[in-house]
Amino acid sequence: MPVLTYRDALNQALREEMQRDPNVFLMGEEVGVYQGAYKVSRGLLQEFGEHRVVDTPIAELGFAGIGVGAAMAGLRPVIEFMTWNFALLAIDEVVNSAAKMLYMSGGQIPIPIVFRGPGGAALQLAAQHSQAFEAWYAHVPGLKVVAPSTPYDAKGLLKSAIRDDNPVVFLEGEMLYNVRGEVPEEEYLIPLGVADIKRPGDDVTVICHSKTVAVALKAAEELAGEGISAEVIDLRTIRPLDTDTILKSVMKTNRCVIVEEGWPFCGVGAQVAYEIQRGAFDYLDAPIERVTGADVPMPYNKHLERAAKPAVSQVIEAAKRAAYAD
Amino acid sequence: MAQPATVTELNPEQRPFYHELLRQMLLIRVFEERAGEAYAQGKIGGFCHLYIGQEAVAVGAIAALRPDDYIFASYREHAHALARGTSARAVMAELFGKVTGCSRGKGGSMHLFDVERGFMGGHAIVGSHIPLAAGAAFACKYLGTDRISVCFFGEAAANIGAFHETLNMAALWKLPAVFICENNRYGMGTALERAAAVYDIAQRACAYDMASEVVDGMDVLAVYEATRRAAQRAREESRPTLIEARTYRYMGHSMADPIHGHYRTKEELEEQKKRDPIQGLKRRLVEEGLLDDEEYAEMERRVNQEVEDALRFADESPDPDLSELYTDVYKE
Repeated sequence: MPVLTYRDALNQALREEMQRDPNVFLMGEEVGVYQGAYKVSRGLLQEFGEHRVVDTPIAELGFAGIGVGAAMAGLRPVIEFMTWNFALLAIDEVVNSAAKMLYMSGGQIPIPIVFRGPGGAALQLAAQHSQAFEAWYAHVPGLKVVAPSTPYDAKGLLKSAIRDDNPVVFLEGEMLYNVRGEVPEEEYLIPLGVADIKRPGDDVTVICHSKTVAVALKAAEELAGEGISAEVIDLRTIRPLDTDTILKSVMKTNRCVIVEEGWPFCGVGAQVAYEIQRGAFDYLDAPIERVTGADVPMPYNKHLERAAKPAVSQVIEAAKRAAYAD
Repeated sequence: MAQPATVTELNPEQRPFYHELLRQMLLIRVFEERAGEAYAQGKIGGFCHLYIGQEAVAVGAIAALRPDDYIFASYREHAHALARGTSARAVMAELFGKVTGCSRGKGGSMHLFDVERGFMGGHAIVGSHIPLAAGAAFACKYLGTDRISVCFFGEAAANIGAFHETLNMAALWKLPAVFICENNRYGMGTALERAAAVYDIAQRACAYDMASEVVDGMDVLAVYEATRRAAQRAREESRPTLIEARTYRYMGHSMADPIHGHYRTKEELEEQKKRDPIQGLKRRLVEEGLLDDEEYAEMERRVNQEVEDALRFADESPDPDLSELYTDVYKE
C-alpha cells in the first residue's frame, strides 16, 4: 500500500473530488499560485485552472461569505483558511450564515460547504497562532466538525465532507501535515460521525482526536509495559459524536481518560464526559479523567509551551488514576 | 455631492408597467401598515422592521431584474419579497410564525426566503449578506449562466468590513453583481453623518474601481432605470455596480423604536414625507393623463383586499407542529 503524508492524502482527496464533480472548487489565501501555505493544494491550480482554484485577498470574512453564497447558488465550495486562528474573522459567516441557513429558510437552502485548514498549536507560534477550536464549532447546531489524525482518515473524511450537503468544519492538525501513513490506491470514503478504535484494550478507555491520538497511543504503549491495557478511541468526528463506540468501550473498561489539545473549560471532553456518565453511569469504576491544553493563552517560551500541551506523561498519570494504579 | 439621476419623460405605452409599479408600492405600504398593527396586537413577535417610505427602491430595482436573478436583502425585507412576487399570504403568515409562511414559520420577519423566486433571504446581521450575494454572483459566473445577483442593504452596512471586503473581490473578479445601498439616513438612531467619514456612499466605489450611481430613492422610475443599467452591465459585461438610492424611513428602526425623538425631529420627518414615492408617482401619472382617480381607487381597493386576505390567512393558519423543532437542522 502506498505511504503518503497527511498533506498529500488531503491533496488527493481534493483532486479526486474536483475531478469527480465540476461544482467543487477551492478558494482561499495562497491556494493557487503559491501552491498552498502548507502545500495541501499543490498542483491543483495547474490541473484545474484559476476558475476552480481561486486565490483570495486576505479577507476571511469576505471570502467565507462568498463561499456560503456560492453554496446557496448550487456550488460545493471548499474554503481554505490559512489557519483556523484567522477564521475567527469569518466566524459570523460560518455560524450565522452557513450553520443556520437551512433552518431559517424552513429547509429551502442547504449549504454544502467545507471550511478547512490547520488548527492547533505548532511550535512557538505564541498565543494568537496556537489554538484548537473544535469545541467552538461543535457547539453549533447545523455544523459538522471533523478533526482527523492520520493520512488515511484525512483523505476518507475530507472526501465525505465535500460530498456532505451540510457545512463541515474540517480541522487539520498543523503538526500532522508531515505524518506518513498507508493510503490505499483505490477510492474509499470514511463516513462522518464514526469514531475509530486505534488500539484495542481492556483496562481503560482513552478518547482523543487529531494530534492527541499520537499522544494517547504512545501513552498506551507505555501503559502496556506496566500491565495496563488501554483502548484508544479516535473520535475523528466531533459532531456528530459517535456516542455508541464511546459507551461500548467504557462499558468494557469501566474507566476513561479524555484527551484534547483545546482548553478545558466547556471543551470537547466536557461533552464526552457528560455522555459517558449519562449512558454508562453504572459501569464507571472511577471518575472520568481529562487531559487538556493548559487553561492559558499559549506562551511563546518553549519550556512553557511544552508544559501547556497535553503530554504523554499526563495521559499515563491520568490513566493510572482512573485505574487506581498510581 | 453627486446628484441623483431622475427620469424626465414618461412613455404612454408603458402605462400598464407604471400602474404595476404603483400597485406594488401601494401593496407594500398597506402591508406594512397592517403588519405594524398586527405587531401592536401581539400577533407578530420579535423584531419587525417596516419599510414605509422606502417602497420605490425595492419596487423599482426588482422590476429591472429577470425572474431567475438572485436577490439578497437585509432584515427590512418584507417589501423585497412582495416585489419579487412572494404572495402577501406567505409573507404575512411568516410574520405570524405560521407553517404556511414562506420559511415555514422558522425564519420570521427578518428571515423571509423564497428560493423558487430567487429570493435568497432576509439576513439579520448587518452587512453579513453582502458577501453571500457576491457568492451567488460568483456561482452565476462559474456556471456560465447570465444570471446576476442583487444585494439590498442599508447605508449603515457600508461601514462594515464585509462591505469593503466584498466590493473589493467583486470588482477584482468581475462578478455579475449589483449592490444597492438603501440610504435611509439613519442606522437605527445614528445619522449617517455621525457614523461615516465620507457620507456619499456611492463614492466608496472609487476605492474598488467599481461603477457607481446615485439615484433618488423616492423616485421609482429613477431606481428602475439605474438598476436596469447596472443589471445590463452585470449581465453583459460581468461588472459589478454600487447604486446608492437616497431614501427615507418613515417609521422607527423597528417596531420597538420611536419614530422620532433624540435622533431626528418630527419636522424633518414631515418634510421628507413630501417626497413620498407613492404620492410622487401617482401625481406624475395623473398629471400626464396616465392614471385617473377611478383607476387609483380600484387599485387601492384591490390592494386592501389582498392584505386583508393575507391577514386572515395568517391568522387562520396553523403553527408549525412541535415535531418541526428538530427538522431542517441538517440536510439528510
